[in-house]
Amino acid sequence: MKLTIERAALLKALGHVQSVVERRNTIPILSNVLLSADGGSLALAATDLDMEILDEAIAAVGTGGQITAPAHTLYEIVRKLPDGADIELRFSGEDPRLAVAAGRSRFNLPVLPAGDFPVMSNEGLSDKITVEAAALARLIDRTRFAISTEETRYYLNGLYLHTVVENGETRLRAVATDGHRLALADMPAPEGAAGLPGVIVPRKTIQEARRLLEDADGTVDLQISQAKVRFEFGRAALTSKVIDGSFPDYMRVIPKDNNKLVSVDNALFAEAVDRVATISAEKSRSVKMGVEPGRMVLTVRNMEAGQAVEEIEIDYDGEPFEIGFNARYLLDVAGQIGGEMAEFRFADPASPTLVLDPTDRGVQYVLMPLRV
Amino acid sequence: MTALCRDCFWTGEAPVSRRCPACGSPRLAVHAELSKLTVAHLDCDAFYASVEKRDRPELRDAPVIVGGGVRGVVTTCCYIARTYGVRSAMPMFKARRLCPEAVIIKPEFSKYRHESRRIMEKMARLTPLVQPLSLDEAWMDLAGTEALNHGFPALVLARLQAEIEREVGITVSVGLAPNKFLAKIASDLDKPRGLSVIGAAEAMDFLSCKPVSILPGVGPAFVASLAKRGFATVGDLAEADPKSLAQHFGTYGLRLADLAHGRDARAVDPDQERKGVSAETTFNHDLVAIPELEDRLWPLCEKVATQMRAGALAGRAVVLKLKTTDFRLVTRRRTLTVPAQTAKTLFATGRELLAAEVTGTRAYRLIGIGLSDLVEAADAHADLFDGGEARARKAEAAMDRLRGKFGKEAVVSGRALKRD
Repeated sequence: MKLTIERAALLKALGHVQSVVERRNTIPILSNVLLSADGGSLALAATDLDMEILDEAIAAVGTGGQITAPAHTLYEIVRKLPDGADIELRFSGEDPRLAVAAGRSRFNLPVLPAGDFPVMSNEGLSDKITVEAAALARLIDRTRFAISTEETRYYLNGLYLHTVVENGETRLRAVATDGHRLALADMPAPEGAAGLPGVIVPRKTIQEARRLLEDADGTVDLQISQAKVRFEFGRAALTSKVIDGSFPDYMRVIPKDNNKLVSVDNALFAEAVDRVATISAEKSRSVKMGVEPGRMVLTVRNMEAGQAVEEIEIDYDGEPFEIGFNARYLLDVAGQIGGEMAEFRFADPASPTLVLDPTDRGVQYVLMPLRV
Repeated sequence: MTALCRDCFWTGEAPVSRRCPACGSPRLAVHAELSKLTVAHLDCDAFYASVEKRDRPELRDAPVIVGGGVRGVVTTCCYIARTYGVRSAMPMFKARRLCPEAVIIKPEFSKYRHESRRIMEKMARLTPLVQPLSLDEAWMDLAGTEALNHGFPALVLARLQAEIEREVGITVSVGLAPNKFLAKIASDLDKPRGLSVIGAAEAMDFLSCKPVSILPGVGPAFVASLAKRGFATVGDLAEADPKSLAQHFGTYGLRLADLAHGRDARAVDPDQERKGVSAETTFNHDLVAIPELEDRLWPLCEKVATQMRAGALAGRAVVLKLKTTDFRLVTRRRTLTVPAQTAKTLFATGRELLAAEVTGTRAYRLIGIGLSDLVEAADAHADLFDGGEARARKAEAAMDRLRGKFGKEAVVSGRALKRD
């Protein structure tokens, strides 16, 4: 294998694939990136066995061939080479190392045979569904903060991507929850999405997909099977296993009859919560909300750090009540509200509260209150 | 006969005077097998109360009851309170009536856990084979540690007792025997501050006149069914043919025969911590129908849930146990989304497991239910997917409080009224 490639092109492609490679690996080849030179391009692949990212870059290929080399090391080298450099990659039978050369720099890296590199099969995947990149980014952004990190409930460690039929319309929906809060975002289902199996896409996959979406132009192709999901972002592609488990019946916990409606300026609310939370206890981050006609009083009482109170004007005309929340959860939700106002729908201090964005009816947030 | 002074740790041939020839102390442990036995059971004396008394020396001569709290029952009472007839697990109001001058202290489990850890660490320094049973008791096997500990197990244990008294500030009782079963019985013989020995030679004699209820796993229902077949004492069981015991009571019959002879093959297993809380009951008449089984299941769920809440524990998995009339044991297990500590969740899950298992044709003689995969109950944040667990916890905790104040029968759930 022998080729020359522009530093910028190689850096971008390597940047796309290398982040899937774990820092520590017991299986040596998983630390490596698979380089395949053929025709006028260099293809790169990296995997952690659960997820695989492929990308391609234009290269001047002298001799085609395949080899694997340490992904993080190669990435660091390319990153440190001067901008605009032409990089030569060479692997021949004589030297059992990959030679990387640019200008006056020479590197020789250990390699492992390409034949040993595990490749993920695309078997059983559905036909391609085309989604607007921006629309997919919205689904992810609005929901991924609520993905659970608690490993005992592994089936919550991902984003539940599925379709639902509501009022005769099929919608593509993403739901994430950690049991304390839930985030839901949906959009009209793209063509071909109806009837696809619902999948729980792991947190890491969502993170990588979101990163690749930054460089995607226009649309993303999506393929889904019971066991896998594949995103194609132009040249780059991400294939991942999905979490083998059943997502809980989330519709059951989204409150339907909460009748205490409160409208509040979202930015003012977020700032106020952030301020009073300064002194909340590290662990519970508990904030008490006192709601009465016309105003909301946010209070934090902390045995050690003192007390904080802040008042906000709200639109509410029902009975006064008090309810507590984790400040971080309130801020997470406020951070996702796109419009000027946030709409809270309360039931009672022990029941889930619904938070809505009046400018985007395709998102819903559910918060479980804290005891205060 | 080997003797050991528990004050100055002198060892030698037992003196005629019954006093230590070195220091004159009467606290001698004397036993033919004293230098050979290795399995010990260590049990803290009135643990929670002792810790409280240590921290408040002015209470040394006062009756102290640790309790109230969630369940409203006596968790532990000191030996002075016991002379008034106060016992652990007694409702608080009754204890107060028996001993109005008692000082009542709310349990502070984090403190007890800390002290427990200190004691267990001291044990672990002597042998890797330490098997904790609860915060205040553990088995240990000191076989093969003589060179390491510079002394035979009984001597090492006497030193350990003194060290715990000196450094932790509470007393413990120790039972030394050839196996776990006898060691546990022995530790109870000379409380508090005791060191008792049951040797292999006298085990059968010792057990023969004891009631069958001394055997582990023999509860009130089993006592009754044993009595029906003419087994009142452990001696009766020892005389019986193991084969006929096996015929009547299945594999447990063989275990009974072993225990009755003072035999217990279970090793001290350091990896076996408390894994769960469970309750079971044997029926007077075999039961076939689901509704009848459910009626028996509910009180067990309440019992387990009450215990879980008292210990501030929650369990991730529900285990249902059924025994058929031919002594076949069936266990079914389900993992919950959220750790539970209420009878409601336990019963709801148990009921589903029961429905999946029971066909309505097979007859059962026993039902049991438990929670395992225990975690410390975190009550701060309710969970969206707990299936009503948080709500039920509130209601059941309120019932705990009422029962604590007015007695067990003060509140009875409607479900529990249906009994035969």
